[in-house]
Amino acid sequence: MTAPDALLEARGLAKSYGGRMACAGVSLAIREGEVLAVVGESGSGKSTLLNMLAGRLAPDAGEVHYRMRDGVMRDMARLSEAERRVLMRTDWGFVHQDAAQGLRMNVSAGGNIGERLMAIGGRHYGDIRAKAATWLTRVEIGVDRIDDKPTAYSGGMRQRLQIARNLVTSPRLVFMDEPTGGLDVSVQARLLDLIRGLSADLGLAVILVTHDLAVARLLSHRILVMKGGAVIETGLTDRVLDDPQAPYTQLLVSSVLAA
Amino acid sequence: MSDHRDMAALRVEGLGKRFTLHLHGGAQLPVVTGVSFSVAAGECVVLGGPSGAGKSSILKMIYGNYLAGEGSVIVRHEGRMVDIAQAEPHLVLEIRRRTMGYVSQFLRVIPRVPAIDIVAEPALAAGLDRDAARARARELLTRLNLPERLWQLPPATFSGGEQQRVNIARGFAGDHDILILDEPTASLDAANRQAVIGLIGARKARGAAFVGIFHDEEVRDQAADRIIDVTAFAPRAAA
Repeated sequence: MTAPDALLEARGLAKSYGGRMACAGVSLAIREGEVLAVVGESGSGKSTLLNMLAGRLAPDAGEVHYRMRDGVMRDMARLSEAERRVLMRTDWGFVHQDAAQGLRMNVSAGGNIGERLMAIGGRHYGDIRAKAATWLTRVEIGVDRIDDKPTAYSGGMRQRLQIARNLVTSPRLVFMDEPTGGLDVSVQARLLDLIRGLSADLGLAVILVTHDLAVARLLSHRILVMKGGAVIETGLTDRVLDDPQAPYTQLLVSSVLAA
Repeated sequence: MSDHRDMAALRVEGLGKRFTLHLHGGAQLPVVTGVSFSVAAGECVVLGGPSGAGKSSILKMIYGNYLAGEGSVIVRHEGRMVDIAQAEPHLVLEIRRRTMGYVSQFLRVIPRVPAIDIVAEPALAAGLDRDAARARARELLTRLNLPERLWQLPPATFSGGEQQRVNIARGFAGDHDILILDEPTASLDAANRQAVIGLIGARKARGAAFVGIFHDEEVRDQAADRIIDVTAFAPRAAA
C-alpha cells in the first residue's frame, strides 16, 4: 500500500466546512528531497490540504503517513502527543505566508532561531547563539541584527528569519504556504533564490502551496493542480506548465501574462 | 543502418502527439504520428522539415517536457532502457541529471544567479565538486567567446546572443550521453556557430548521441550524420 520511496503519503484526505467540500479525497506521496508545488486559485482547497498534511487540521476522512528518522512509516493520527511535538519541532518545518504567524514578534531574531534548538534540548547559550548567527548569515541577515526583534525587520527579512527558524533543526520536510505572497517583486526574487538554494543544498522535501505558477516553475520538481477540493492534474512541473492536459490547467496556464 | 539498434542511446517508437485545446471548444490539433527512429552513441541525427511540421514537439516529447500521446521514447540510462513516456517524474528528472540534456532556443533566466553558476549547475548535478564544475563552466564560456567580465553577472541584461551562449554552455556542462538541441545556433554569429559545431564534434567523439533541429544549412550539414524528414510523420489530412 505504501510507496516504498515515500517520505510522506496521504490517502483520501477530505474536509468540509458546513457542507462545503474544501478537500475531496486527496491522495499524494512525496519523496525525500522532492519539491512538490500545490497550485490552484483561492478556494481550491490547497491550504486546507496543506494544513491537514502538516497535522494542523484534523481531516474528516483519510490518513497521513510519515517515514520517521528510524525509517518506520507511521500513521500521524496514532502518534502520541509527545511524538507529534518532537516531529513538528525538529523533522518538520512550516513557513507561513504571514511571518508574524510563524515567529514570536516580541522575541529577538536570535531567540526566534534558538527557541527551536532549546525545544530539542539545546542548553548551551553560546552554542545556540553561534548557531543562530550562522543561520542569520545563511539567510542573508546581518549578524548585527541578531538582537533586534522581528517587528523591526522588513517583510522580506521576516520571511527569511522564519525560514532560518525552521531550518535550524535540519528538518527533512518543510511545508510552505504562499511563502512569497504579499512581498515586493524584487524581495520575492531574493527569497525564491534563497529557498531554491537551501532546499537543493539541504536535500529538503518541500510541499509548497502557491497560486503563482512562476514560483512553482522555479522551485518545484512536480506540480499538483487543485480545483474545487480535488486534484485535477499532476506531473513533472515543466510538463504540466508547458503541455497542460486538463481544461482547468490549460485555463490557469493561459491566464498568466508572460513577462 | 538499423543494426545500431543494440547500441542505440535513444530509440523512438510510434511516437505521436495531438493537442486538445479545451479553451477553444476542444479543437483537436494533430501534430505527428508514428514517429520512429533511433540514434546511436556518437551519432548526430537532425530533424528536417518545414516549420510547423512538429520537429520541436518531437524533441519535447523525447525530453518528457510534452506528454507523448502514443508510442515510446526508450533511453539508455545507466545501463538499462527506460521509457520516458511511462517514467515517473522523479525518474525523468534523474535521467535529465545524468543522461539526457536539452539546449533550448532561449535561456530561461533565473533571478540573481550569475552566468558562471547557471553554466556550472548541470556539472554539479552530474556530481562534480564546485571547483571542477566552475572550471568546466569557464572553459565552455571561453570557447563560446563570452567576455569574462560578464561571467559573474546574472544574464538578465545580456544581449540575445550572449544569453544563448550561456544557454549552450549550460547545455554542454553536464556529462550527458544524449543531448537534444532545439535550434541552439539561431541567434549566433558565424564564429560562434563554428564553436558550437566544434563542441558537438568533440562530444560525439566521446560517444554522445545528438538529436537536433538546425535551420541554418551550414550548421546542419556540418553537424548531421543523418537527416530525418519529419513530414513523413504528418497525421493524415482526414484527422
